[in-house]
Amino acid sequence: MSSLTTSIATASPSLRVDALVKRFGGMTALDGISLEVNAGECLGLLGPNGAGKSTLIRSIVGRIIPDAGTISVFGAQADSVSARTAIGWVPQELALYPRLTCRENLQSFGRYYGLAGAALDRAVAKCLGWATLTDRAADLVKNFSGGMKRRLNMAAGLIHQPKLALMDEPTVGVDPQSRNHIFEMIETLRGEGLSIIYTTHYMEEAERLCDRIAIVDHGKIIALGTRAELVRNAFGSRSQVLTRFAGAQDRIADWVAQRGGQTVDGSAQFTIEHPTEIGGLLEAAEKAGFELLDVSLRKPNLESVFLLLTGRELRD
Amino acid sequence: MIFAIVRTAVVSLRRDRGALLLSFILPIVFFSIFAVIFAGHHDTTPKVKVLVVDEDLSRVSQRLVEGLERDGSLIVRTRPAAVNEAEQPEYTAASAEAAVKAGSAPVALVIPRGFGENPISFGAAGGNRPAIELLEDSSDTVAPQVIVGLLQKVAMTSMPDVMAERGTRYLEQFAGGLTREQHDRLDESFRYLRERQESGAAAPDSGNGGIIAVTARAVVGENKNNPLVSFYAAAIGVMFLLFTASGAAGSLLDEVESGTLDRVLSSRVTMTTLLLGKLAYNSLLAFSQLLLMFLWGWAVFKLDFWSHIPGFVIMGVCTALAVSTFGLLLASICRTRAQLGSLSTLVILVMSSIGGSMFPRFLMPEAMQKAGLLTINAWAIDGFTKVFWRDEPLLNLWPQVLVLVGIATVLFAIARRLARRWEFS
Repeated sequence: MSSLTTSIATASPSLRVDALVKRFGGMTALDGISLEVNAGECLGLLGPNGAGKSTLIRSIVGRIIPDAGTISVFGAQADSVSARTAIGWVPQELALYPRLTCRENLQSFGRYYGLAGAALDRAVAKCLGWATLTDRAADLVKNFSGGMKRRLNMAAGLIHQPKLALMDEPTVGVDPQSRNHIFEMIETLRGEGLSIIYTTHYMEEAERLCDRIAIVDHGKIIALGTRAELVRNAFGSRSQVLTRFAGAQDRIADWVAQRGGQTVDGSAQFTIEHPTEIGGLLEAAEKAGFELLDVSLRKPNLESVFLLLTGRELRD
Repeated sequence: MIFAIVRTAVVSLRRDRGALLLSFILPIVFFSIFAVIFAGHHDTTPKVKVLVVDEDLSRVSQRLVEGLERDGSLIVRTRPAAVNEAEQPEYTAASAEAAVKAGSAPVALVIPRGFGENPISFGAAGGNRPAIELLEDSSDTVAPQVIVGLLQKVAMTSMPDVMAERGTRYLEQFAGGLTREQHDRLDESFRYLRERQESGAAAPDSGNGGIIAVTARAVVGENKNNPLVSFYAAAIGVMFLLFTASGAAGSLLDEVESGTLDRVLSSRVTMTTLLLGKLAYNSLLAFSQLLLMFLWGWAVFKLDFWSHIPGFVIMGVCTALAVSTFGLLLASICRTRAQLGSLSTLVILVMSSIGGSMFPRFLMPEAMQKAGLLTINAWAIDGFTKVFWRDEPLLNLWPQVLVLVGIATVLFAIARRLARRWEFS
């Protein structure tokens, strides 16, 4: 497929967010968030539901007015016409017209961005191809499967060939096959050099798609870097031991906490510098009267980083 | 089990304010409105407005006018309302006819010169006396009948000496010496009256149906094929336009719920542009509905549509704009489709009932007629009536155009203000 996006010839950040604060009543949704997205970069916002990811995205797209802080999109203020034109927003909701066909939806959203005539026709054709919906262009959207609606939802957000795509959990509620399809679409965009912000609470998606990842919790960015940087900063060269014991879970949890570990879903997780420490750990468990059911060693991942930093699982 | 089902339903109803409103408030509101219209309190009994022109200016005619003015069921006007506190000249036959045509009153009475000389009649002999001319708007089928009846009553109660004097003359004329010839003439007159009574020919426009001769003439709608079709095309049309407009405006709430509104507003479309777009679409829809309604009236009920195109377009556009902004306002007040459904049903039915969509306003008590002026229905129906019923010139539509466009402007401004809650969080 030919380029969906305009070429980017600038080295300055596509997006700069500085000390953004947003409160809803007594709840602070964004608590001083600052970040930058470089040209052609895919930045992942990884965090559990309610962390503030969508609020941040909606602030960038101009749908939420922050209480404090600034947002600059290619040098323009958020909500300005040039910022709106530069941004392609793929909302978490399936924001489509169900009684219109696939093509009519794309045409409508294209017109809302000022496209018309041959330029609109070309943009629609490109997006249909990109979302592999050309064969279903004349079908009513209300009859589409969940995966097809998700793909069209993405295409509608990018119909005007933006320079920065904001994708808010675009794989919510789709089956694994459709998810892979969506990943391929995003990788196509990445290959074309589009700047992307991608929000998710799926670690695997962030690891697969994003150059850098910002871990968001309670309205703050608690860690930011590449996957390797995040893991290295959190764990250094340490590894994780995952064990399962039979016995009273309360007693096991207390014992794990005393040893500096964490209990997640009945699994006791410990961080060790060297594999030889596993023997001592198991010996101590035996002395405490716990029967070992299972033990494994793994390199830490983003889930481990999040758990270490917040004490909670990503999907809590 | 049955109790459990009832309990679940009661709890659900209690939490559904819209359903509660429709179940309990709306029937009471409707009952009250129609009770006032039809049953009425004593102080709100509908009165018939009548314009009176006294060309005779005799003692008899003046007493007749005074008698009419004293009657509690009539509102008698001998001159138009004062303008800037300056008293207007009394009605003439021509200006009274124009006023009836313009809808100022359903009936005008013109007391001709010479009426005082021979005000009442008896039998066939009264055929040549001057008759009071009754100018009527035939869309109001009740008022002329009321006036004719009251004229006879007032003649009996307000002019007893005249009655006696004329009665004696008639006695002398018909029964003086009670000759055979006089007997024959009396018998002839009695037979004449009897025949008229039995044949039911004592119509008010016959001129001989009562003590006072009345000649009725329709000055509005005399050439119409079906006098009330244009009224009901507008009346029913406007009510359904309001329902359609509120339903169409409800698409805003659908878009809010689905997130489409957010997406649209993140593009180059602003809230004002979006609302104007919705207004344009809803107005087009409403105008098309009206057009269909009037074309149906033409095709099926012989409504004279084609000779009133300019007036229809003017009133159609103004009405469509007003109902569309009304729909936008309701949608911008509500948070969900269900709320909109309940609120619009309540408001539209109330507006339609007092605004004349269900029952002609001219038959309502005066206070209710004035209350009706607060509704879009009343102004729209008045405008269409001017066009299709009264054949008034287009310039005469200015009050309706001004009010409907004014309503549209104000409602749009309020809707735009309320829509700010969707604009940003």
